[in-house]
Amino acid sequence: MKNIDSKTHTRGKSIYLDDIPLLQGTLFGAAFGSPIAHGIIRSLNISVAEQMPGVIKVFTAKDVTGENQIGGIIPDEPLLAEHEVDFCGMPVAFVVAQSDDAARAAVKTITIDIEPLPVITDPREAKARGELIVPPRTFSLGNVDTAWQACEYIFEGIAETNGQEHLYIETQGAYVIPQENGALKVYSSTQGPTAVQRASCRVTGLPMHLVEVEVTRLGGGFGGKEDQANTWAALCALAAHRLRKPVKYSLHRMEDMAMTGKRHPYSSDYKIGFDKDLKMVAYEATFYQNAGAAADLSPAIMERTLLHCTNSYFIPNVKATAYSCRTHLPPNTAFRGFGGPQSMFVIESAIAKAADTLGIDSAVIQKKNLIKTGDEFPFGQKAVSEAAECWKKAEQLYEVNSIREGIKDFNSKNQIYKKGLALMPVCFGISFTNTAMNQARSLVHVYFDGSVSVSTGAVEMGQGVNTKILQVAAIVFSIHPDRVKVQTTSTSRIANTSPSAASATADLNGKATYLACTRILERLKKVAAEELGVDENLIELKDEYVFVNNVQSDLDWKKLVNTAHLKRVGISEHANYATPEIYFDKAKEKGHAFSYHVYGTAVTVVTVDCLRGIYEIDAVKVVHDFGTSMNPAIDIGQIEGGIVQGIGWMTMEEIIYDKEGKLRSNALSTYKVPDIYSAPKEISIDFLQSDKDNLAIFRSKAVGEPPFMYGIGTYFALRNAIKAFNPLAHIPFNAPMTPEKTLLALYSNPQPLSKEIKRKDEEAVTSVAIN
Amino acid sequence: MINFILNNNEINTDRPAGSLLLDFIRYNQHLMGTKIGCREGDCGACTVLVGDLENGELQYRSFTSCLTPLGNIHGKHVVTVEGINMDDLNPIQQCMADASATQCGFCTPGFVMSLAGFCLSDQDANQQNAVAAIDGNICRCTGYKSIERAAGKITELMQQKGNQEAVEFVTANNILPGYFASIKERLQKLSLALNGELNQPASTAQFAGGGTDLYVQKPEELKEANVRFLYNKDVLKGIRKTGNKCFVGPSATVTDLQGSEVMRQYFPNFNKQVKLISSTPIRNMATIAGNFINASPIGDFTIFFLALNATLVLSDGNKTRELPLHKLYKGYKTLDKRPEEFIEQIWFELPGKNTFFNFEKVSKRTHLDIASVNTAIQLTVVDGTITEAHLSAGGVGPIPKLLEQTSEFLRGRAVTEEVINDAIDIAQSEISPISDARGTSGYKRLLLGQLIKAHFIALFPHLQVKKLLLSHSS
Repeated sequence: MKNIDSKTHTRGKSIYLDDIPLLQGTLFGAAFGSPIAHGIIRSLNISVAEQMPGVIKVFTAKDVTGENQIGGIIPDEPLLAEHEVDFCGMPVAFVVAQSDDAARAAVKTITIDIEPLPVITDPREAKARGELIVPPRTFSLGNVDTAWQACEYIFEGIAETNGQEHLYIETQGAYVIPQENGALKVYSSTQGPTAVQRASCRVTGLPMHLVEVEVTRLGGGFGGKEDQANTWAALCALAAHRLRKPVKYSLHRMEDMAMTGKRHPYSSDYKIGFDKDLKMVAYEATFYQNAGAAADLSPAIMERTLLHCTNSYFIPNVKATAYSCRTHLPPNTAFRGFGGPQSMFVIESAIAKAADTLGIDSAVIQKKNLIKTGDEFPFGQKAVSEAAECWKKAEQLYEVNSIREGIKDFNSKNQIYKKGLALMPVCFGISFTNTAMNQARSLVHVYFDGSVSVSTGAVEMGQGVNTKILQVAAIVFSIHPDRVKVQTTSTSRIANTSPSAASATADLNGKATYLACTRILERLKKVAAEELGVDENLIELKDEYVFVNNVQSDLDWKKLVNTAHLKRVGISEHANYATPEIYFDKAKEKGHAFSYHVYGTAVTVVTVDCLRGIYEIDAVKVVHDFGTSMNPAIDIGQIEGGIVQGIGWMTMEEIIYDKEGKLRSNALSTYKVPDIYSAPKEISIDFLQSDKDNLAIFRSKAVGEPPFMYGIGTYFALRNAIKAFNPLAHIPFNAPMTPEKTLLALYSNPQPLSKEIKRKDEEAVTSVAIN
Repeated sequence: MINFILNNNEINTDRPAGSLLLDFIRYNQHLMGTKIGCREGDCGACTVLVGDLENGELQYRSFTSCLTPLGNIHGKHVVTVEGINMDDLNPIQQCMADASATQCGFCTPGFVMSLAGFCLSDQDANQQNAVAAIDGNICRCTGYKSIERAAGKITELMQQKGNQEAVEFVTANNILPGYFASIKERLQKLSLALNGELNQPASTAQFAGGGTDLYVQKPEELKEANVRFLYNKDVLKGIRKTGNKCFVGPSATVTDLQGSEVMRQYFPNFNKQVKLISSTPIRNMATIAGNFINASPIGDFTIFFLALNATLVLSDGNKTRELPLHKLYKGYKTLDKRPEEFIEQIWFELPGKNTFFNFEKVSKRTHLDIASVNTAIQLTVVDGTITEAHLSAGGVGPIPKLLEQTSEFLRGRAVTEEVINDAIDIAQSEISPISDARGTSGYKRLLLGQLIKAHFIALFPHLQVKKLLLSHSS
């Protein structure tokens, strides 16, 4: 089934925040952000702004009627800076005016006098100064300290990944309309309607039942609108609450880029040990997460980093420690993968380092160490693994050995162009790591004309969750999908929602919908049995008809629901789903954190232009563990999109802050995401179908985040291509591999390709093979 | 007053000519299908089509409406996604939906419009051209593969066009609404009614060409400003050959250059090189003179024309004077040009049979990006000796630079690996790159050297590539 929104999308009729028709008298907001990353506010001058034509009011911290606080996990983030500013772009004032232009013109007249304080942008420096968001956490398995002695080879080093701008094409925004009796209706481009509701209530002082948040859809989220939609909604809510006028703020791109957090940059230390057969014996990693100026979701992201520190491998002795380091950057936040990609890059770097030194292909090490069913993750959960299945199928299906031979041949014949190959296995856990968040509700109304309305807490942002939820209802009732409408996400219809995040939205809300529909179905079957005078157990609904003992009756869906209504049988239901089995004990750092894992292997081939230091991605070929996909079209879209976004993170997407904490990559002209020509020339996706039971909706495993990490393979393929040109190239593990880093690596330690080096390589390969 | 046709409606507006088409479409006409993504022409979410009569023929090109002042669409046909909607999905939309080429949907109308532009163009209907039509559209969800598949299906559809005129074909086959068939006539009528060009202020401080740089830099300022639009002036357009000289109208767009017979004949790699420069909609809008006057140290066409040793004719409306392009730049964004002067003509000598030209550009993203370093070279080589040389480089100093000393060094020398390495050394002494978002100064120095090598490797197959690759200037 195609995405149910494709018709309105292609006709330009889908409604996003900035498309909502405005009520008369709507006012427009614009935020004034701190020009300095860290300092004490000496004075703030808004008097010119207040006198500007069309300006209604300039809000500052003192105008907050409730609490000047929007921190979700930790209350450490004021809505408007009061005494101190902690990052460039931190909102200090909010101008509300009669037009968008007037508000922005007034913002430009605001001046602020700040006594500068030292600016930290580096997480290791923050850690050294004791600037931690939360205490560090350590996950361990076995005993690394004794295990090192059993190792034949030990490798150590540093691996670093930069941040990533979400670059949802629709910027952040909110539109708040006052209702009677002091209530507010909030339209927000948010993945977390309840988070927006909570933040709006907190700053206005209103109880939650007076603030309704409604979301139709987002023009992309990727995690960037999980917590960081709160600020704009809360600002508009505050203004609407005070002025009793509708207030809208749709951010300009440069405001959005400057004021919002991104994927966390990480700097990490690794130490990995192998036995003589290259089995991993011990692994130690220390992660320094650049959290930015406030907690936001950083502690949860740090936790997921630890939960994915061994990626798809089993290592008997592990010690992984993570520090969430407070710097003076905008608070970094959720982004597809949520800390997982960062730690996977580290272990892949450790493997590459070992392979480089031993003169072998990383794949030799990767393959030997794939996690098997029954193996234990460092946090105690036992794997139900498809790792080896995906790897082996990828090797065979895509003929990896012949790809390897082809590359060798190509590289020997070409001087300017060199190709590189890398395999990237992925193992990603599904569930919110905060167990309490693994719950969802669904409200299903069957109307007596036979149409069906479904409301859940899921937010549609392109991932196709509404299509999947619609499928659930249509499948359970066995009716035509056209009868079902998935409604907007509203906190009045569905309360206390978890954000649409963690790849788990379709699972949680789909299961809740399944429960609600099933309960209605049971009642309808009873009605049908009464009507037809047969036993309830013989009744089945199929293709819009009631079947008795597999024989179609005259009773169709419309008649059935109408009859049920006339008989005063409830044909609405509100159901609650809570994921079973999962728990986590933070005291022990052990538990069953995930309802299941998603596995996969990507084979990536790249070509580097060694004259110019630029590159193309020839192919990414994947075997992916779908369970049993309930919507292959949507799932393939998630995989292709995830791969390209992951490649962007690993190649051209480079966030640049200067030493003063100012964002230099602050527009689409200076921050580049993949365009159509940077996508791999070929993406192949093979479905690893498994009939193992799992907790996914209809056994269709979550697909949002896992494919993002296939992109990591591109980094290592590029690395291998560079080494084909210059075997002695110095290539620090520092992503993204921009054209600049590529060229500098190609010509680092310049050495002509001597026969000696080749011989050394061959010897090394031989010696390992003998072992 | 600005007059134009918006979809199927005649528009007559007194909105300022300097204000933006995007805002007019969305907030004045409430056509919400055209989306705002970046307001700097870098995402394509606001793509519309602009139809115009060129030599009596109706031609459509894609524009990013975020950088298009109303003044530039005076007398034209503007098409938004609402203007191509039919009762059900049109075949372009259907192909996108069938290929699951839309996820969050925010970029989708832009892609659909660019593909509609492909269907309305007189280009060959092939996959390469279909993809080129969407090279200015950014999608953050799909990874583009599904969009490529949709483009493939649309290409198949268009392959049935044969020799038919595009507008005729798409209306006859219900690919686009029937009213498109009436546009040519309506534009002719509109043009007669308008009796020529937009009434413009007699004197003004601000000239505007295609707007692709100006409206990135100061959109707020220009909204209400007195803007003198040069973009639609027929006398400033056109590319012609007279003797061994090529005359380029300053308001000629990059797309005009691509379509010109002269450029194709004398610069066989032109289209390949141009692919590295911005995107289809920006190339449709950006003028050559605008690129010169913007004076970006990294202006691609400035670098291109510097190596061609181009000459400008500047006019203040009364008097004209000639100025070599490389003399225009006095310092960072400082020009040898009085405010009332504008470029009236650009000319350069066409290369003879012993003259070779190459253009190289490297940026963080190969396409639709600003260069880290760009460079062009024109060499005349007689019997193995370089007799004339012009080497230019951008991104390596405050102005787009003609590397005069390096060029001088090359004159009279043979094309050998040693000479190339020496030339790179001299080039290094002529440049002063700074570290910025496009790269560190060290990288830009290394890169320029590599690109100079690339020029020679591209032009002189006899050179030993390996020897050049492994040689290093410090």
